[in-house]
Amino acid sequence: MANLNLVQAINLALIQEMEKNHDIVLLGEDIGINGGVFRVTEGLQKRFGGARVFDTPLAESGIIGLSIGMAMGGLHPVPEIQFEGFLGPAYDQICSHAARMRSRTRGAFTVPMTIRIPVGGGIHAPELHSDSPEAIYAHTPGLKVVMPSSPYDAKGLLVTALREPDPVLFFEPKRIYRAFREEVPEDEYTLPLGKARTVCEGTDLTIVSWGASVVQCMQAIEKSEQSIELIDLRTIYPFDMDAVAASVSKTGRCVVVHEAPLTCGFGSEIAARIMERCFLQLEAPVQRVAGFDTTMPYYKLELDYLPDAARVTRAIHDCMAY
Amino acid sequence: MPITTAYEAKIEHISILDAKGNFDEKLGGAAGKLIIPDADLVQLYSAMVSCRQLDEVAFRLQRSGRMGTYPQNMGQEATSLGAAYVLRKDDWMVTCYRENCGLFWRGVPKEAILLHWMGDERGNAMPKPHWVTPIYVPLGTQMLHAAGLTLAAKYRGEDRIACTFFGDGASSEGDFHEACNFAASLHIPVVFVCQNNFWAISTPSTINSAASTFAQRGLSYGMPCLQCDGNDLFATVYTMRKAVEHARTTGTPCFVEMVTYRLGDHTTADDAKRYRDQSEVDAWKARDPIIRVRQFMTKRKLWDDGKEAALAERVERENAEAVARAEGIALPGRSDFFDSMYAETPQDLLIQRDTMQTHSLGQDPSQLPVEAQERAAQLSAAAAATHH
Repeated sequence: MANLNLVQAINLALIQEMEKNHDIVLLGEDIGINGGVFRVTEGLQKRFGGARVFDTPLAESGIIGLSIGMAMGGLHPVPEIQFEGFLGPAYDQICSHAARMRSRTRGAFTVPMTIRIPVGGGIHAPELHSDSPEAIYAHTPGLKVVMPSSPYDAKGLLVTALREPDPVLFFEPKRIYRAFREEVPEDEYTLPLGKARTVCEGTDLTIVSWGASVVQCMQAIEKSEQSIELIDLRTIYPFDMDAVAASVSKTGRCVVVHEAPLTCGFGSEIAARIMERCFLQLEAPVQRVAGFDTTMPYYKLELDYLPDAARVTRAIHDCMAY
Repeated sequence: MPITTAYEAKIEHISILDAKGNFDEKLGGAAGKLIIPDADLVQLYSAMVSCRQLDEVAFRLQRSGRMGTYPQNMGQEATSLGAAYVLRKDDWMVTCYRENCGLFWRGVPKEAILLHWMGDERGNAMPKPHWVTPIYVPLGTQMLHAAGLTLAAKYRGEDRIACTFFGDGASSEGDFHEACNFAASLHIPVVFVCQNNFWAISTPSTINSAASTFAQRGLSYGMPCLQCDGNDLFATVYTMRKAVEHARTTGTPCFVEMVTYRLGDHTTADDAKRYRDQSEVDAWKARDPIIRVRQFMTKRKLWDDGKEAALAERVERENAEAVARAEGIALPGRSDFFDSMYAETPQDLLIQRDTMQTHSLGQDPSQLPVEAQERAAQLSAAAAATHH
């Protein structure tokens, strides 16, 4: 057991799985000798050699397209896209090929691949370094989308992703890369994709969130007088609607919190499902606390954009008062 | 300081058997020592004839409503065939959608290609021993996969290479350039074959590049680049041998431009008369790769009218059988498209599949109060009756 931050937990998961599975190969921009701009792959090239951990030309579509071929050829590539804002050039390879390969070849070719992507705002980064595009990929059939909110979850979920036979987008919330540490077992453990975590139990209201927003939600809950149940979705697709429905059926009230823009954010899907499955149990309309439908502002105003404990608290109050 | 030359290059053009029947023995070999042995030449010729006939069959299938949109290969048979003939049987062939002749040479069943264009994904379930990837529809993306497949082989210590095909149009796509750059910079032995057929639907190759050749696209990535007459089977074979040898011995990529021509429309949904002159098409018909080889073989007493007639009969029969196999395959199940989305289908998708509904009450009618369930059943029954 070690006290690790999220970066260290991911690094540990990579080391342990690479030792077990020779087919895991890491590639990306600056991930080799530099260890990645966030140092997530620090020491891995030295440990595993240049054939297993290598730097590529600066071209995201190339990185993903090459990885797809490697996966079709039997490896499990782990491409890193340096920031979520650079996913754009790779969109076609991810959605037109990685997501469809198994289906369009009826299983003759598959793409076991884990794309690691630092995501989200809150670290005073330049533009296109702070977005939250998870819903775009959850909307693309054939992909799995993961976003952990803690070091423990990150390790368990990443180990699972590295054993998945299908492409996984593994979003790492950079705001909590080094925000806190927790006990992370060195021993092997896995967390299934598609299973939410009940962070704390409550009876008055359910909050559904994921990624760095979970931390903001906890801050609001700690100050709240209400009995609030917090569900960390952990994986955006497949998502654990049973856990959400069970909780909302119990509490009758729900607030969904995410950094991504409001319209067509994944909260929209959660709200629609709750309306379908918990209609008669609802005491109030589902509330969403999300990023605004604007371009993510430069960092001077980013904290006004991102959902924080105060906005979550306001939503809790409004939902309870309904 | 005097200005010096930082870089200089030349592109070789290879032509062995031209449209007039001239044959370069220096490159193509003297009688008895041809770079393609006689027996192989007959086989290769037969393959081109068969591919051409299947094109005609496919065109008629589309026109009679038995197949969807289909891109004919007509005129370009010698390009992919020359490559397939030269490549090792376990080298990857990563193609676009106008390389049927090479794929069939590899042993890909004709019905697989037909099935794809008949709107059935099972046509893409390419059996692995052929070392080919499925047809790629969006232009220019597959070359990166070729690089990845080859890198995976290299990682395992195998000397398998890949040959990837694309057109003059696709070479404008960013992924093409990224694939060239990745293969060259990361030392991945891929042979990039640009089929310059002069037309990307209605866009002439001059809009896709202002350079005098497409071969020189490879120069900026540090690759050796060759250009050949893509309608000359001897030239495609000769050029591919050079390219494959380079890739296999150096472990680095090579670029080949095969100059050819799309004799047919882009697809059955296209009408090329809208944008190109018949005189241009006629000029290229005179340079047909099939006619050229037939005349060559006839002159050398390898071929005659009797053999031609027998071949035509065999090809017609075999292709009809392939069509029958493609049309004879049982319809997929109504919910077939759910089952290959993931290795393990998520619960959410299983429910959608099993109910063939997306509305939650349709997925779980028990959500309805009892009296509403009866009412819903009545409405559904009435609707079903109306439909019938």
